[in-house]
Amino acid sequence: MKITFPHMGTVYLAMKSIFDDLGLEYVVPPQNSKKTLDIGTKYSPKQICTPFIYNMGNYIQAIEEGADTILIVGGNGTCRFGYYSNIAKEILNDLGYKIDFIVLDQKYTKMSDLFNNLKKMMGTNNFLKVIYYIHKAYKIIEKLDVLDKYLIKNRCYEKNKGEMDLIFSKSIEKICIQKGSENTIRILNESIKNLKKVKLDTTRDTLKIGIVGEIYSVIDDYCNLNICKKLNELGCEVYKTQSIYGWLKNSIFHVSRGKSADEYLYKKAYDYAKIEIGGHGRENIGHIVDFAERNFDGVIHTMPFSCMPEIIARQILPKVLEEHNIPVMSLIFDEMTGETGYNTRLEAFVEMLNIRREKSRDAKNLYWN
Amino acid sequence: MAIVGIPRSLLFYNYFPLWQTFFEWLGEDILVSEKTNKKTLDKGIEVTVDDICVPIKIFHGHIAELKDKVDYLFIPRIYSIHEDMYVCPKFQALPEMIKSSFKKLPKIISPTVDLFSQKNKELRNVVDVGKNFTDDLNIIGKAYHKAREAYSAYTSILKLGVLPSDIFDKKYSVVGIEDEKPTILLLGHPYILYDSFLNMDIINKLRDSGYSVITPDNFKFNEMAEIVNKNGISMLWTFGVKILGSMLKSIKMKNVAGIIYLSSFSCGLDSIISEIFEKRIKHQSKIPYTIITLDEHTGEAGVSTRVEAFLDMVEGREINEDYISTHGDSIFSHEINI
Repeated sequence: MKITFPHMGTVYLAMKSIFDDLGLEYVVPPQNSKKTLDIGTKYSPKQICTPFIYNMGNYIQAIEEGADTILIVGGNGTCRFGYYSNIAKEILNDLGYKIDFIVLDQKYTKMSDLFNNLKKMMGTNNFLKVIYYIHKAYKIIEKLDVLDKYLIKNRCYEKNKGEMDLIFSKSIEKICIQKGSENTIRILNESIKNLKKVKLDTTRDTLKIGIVGEIYSVIDDYCNLNICKKLNELGCEVYKTQSIYGWLKNSIFHVSRGKSADEYLYKKAYDYAKIEIGGHGRENIGHIVDFAERNFDGVIHTMPFSCMPEIIARQILPKVLEEHNIPVMSLIFDEMTGETGYNTRLEAFVEMLNIRREKSRDAKNLYWN
Repeated sequence: MAIVGIPRSLLFYNYFPLWQTFFEWLGEDILVSEKTNKKTLDKGIEVTVDDICVPIKIFHGHIAELKDKVDYLFIPRIYSIHEDMYVCPKFQALPEMIKSSFKKLPKIISPTVDLFSQKNKELRNVVDVGKNFTDDLNIIGKAYHKAREAYSAYTSILKLGVLPSDIFDKKYSVVGIEDEKPTILLLGHPYILYDSFLNMDIINKLRDSGYSVITPDNFKFNEMAEIVNKNGISMLWTFGVKILGSMLKSIKMKNVAGIIYLSSFSCGLDSIISEIFEKRIKHQSKIPYTIITLDEHTGEAGVSTRVEAFLDMVEGREINEDYISTHGDSIFSHEINI
């Protein structure tokens, strides 16, 4: 059994470390690239959302390197994510690949099934061992999240440009070379320490920008054309709303006990979405209201092309913006990777936010479709 | 007496008899928007974001037509219409989308329909809707009872092989779904199949060419769900079960000569369902099929050409069935986009 998994931001580092610990064979698919997209586009259904195209590319690239089992998290609810594993199975079967799927699903499989799947994957019958490794993975993902959050918030203040990026890329390189979760955690801790030592020029005038949107397009820097770095360079503090850590924490500690940690967002979004609208649509509307209340300068709403929940959110947004007076720009990402268009729009958006800040906070709100 | 506006769009084709009877027994007037036309579409496009699917744009157009003429708008917020199944997420935020798109609106009646796990909430919804017009629970109860009767009569007529659009046009004749006549199975969401503007009147085109037309609504839901399960497809969308179930059932029926799948551009459900549809039908049968993707372009010639070409192929297959081609077995059409 040679396990592989789709990419999503830096989560592969956690998976890699755990598989090393367990002594399992695995294939980390090549980083998302134009080639991944090309392969994915070729075999994916038309009009499917972009994350699936990336996943498909990852699978096939990994299979070419010898993988025979795919590990994927299953979704639930009305969004298409829940069908990702099914449709990938149909397509890979049709292409003639004999691939096993391990689907970690929270809602429709029972807790015991979930553990059985984990046991099957880890090749152990020891319940405690399963818990232990989940805990390890959780810890790595948490550290990665701390690192990422610190980076995108403070990169715009650094005195010597590029220092933080260097620390970040070096630590990832190190993790890729070394084995085992202990090492990974140690390297991450060091990097966080080093990052905090980087000299900051806090007198700089910056804008505060929140990023909301579909989780893959928020997290994966290839998919969103590294939007956080672009904003940092334009002089903006950036706050991401969606993260793997947040999602994992919510599903392990909150949803399993019947109450989501996003309950407060549902309340904020109640006027605009009374019930779940699939994916993170309702949470994102709540986040935008939340950002407005916290006096953010602007929000960027990212989504893959044809994402159903976010299209609904986009249709509802004008009313939210009008009532809460916060500028929002929606960016749609698809398999076309023309970067210049996005750069221009980001620059123009930031420029307008600057003007708005100079004039008055109550200036008429901006909304770009 | 108040006027309740019901848009002729989306789930109208499935549930109108229920809604109509209910409001009429409550003593209210009903105003149904006109059939979709160019104006409806234009008005809808004006107020919606550009990448939302056409049926939602058309829905907005219907609301634009109704909103100044009525006292109430009936726009249910639908989460689930079958146990353990969902509908498209766009139905879950319909009232909110409408409220965000239009400034001046009459009062909106928007019960939350959720049969996913809370079956017994049905009556509460009914009472909530009824309370807008009367405080007398007896009247509401009676109206709902009558509405259910009308609805079950409606669905049982559909099962005889009649299409909803025929019933609303009042020109139906009963054709059994397993009749001798060559039949085309038309797949897709009900709001695409029965909206003659959106689908360029495809039903009549097929009938004029001498085929009878059946749709997923002519099959019993339980049977469709069963056959989908049996084939190992896990499908949690009601429309998906209907489309795949009727496809799987009809490939065993002798009178079905071809299958046309009408999909709408940027429909999230169709991107998944049509993929499973294509993979399964390829392996399990030799019935010719085609997938036609519709969007807000209104050029009729494109669809006509495709339908005619498809029918030619179906007929050609009938005539040449005994001739075995030297390369490849039967003729399949490929997915077509317009």
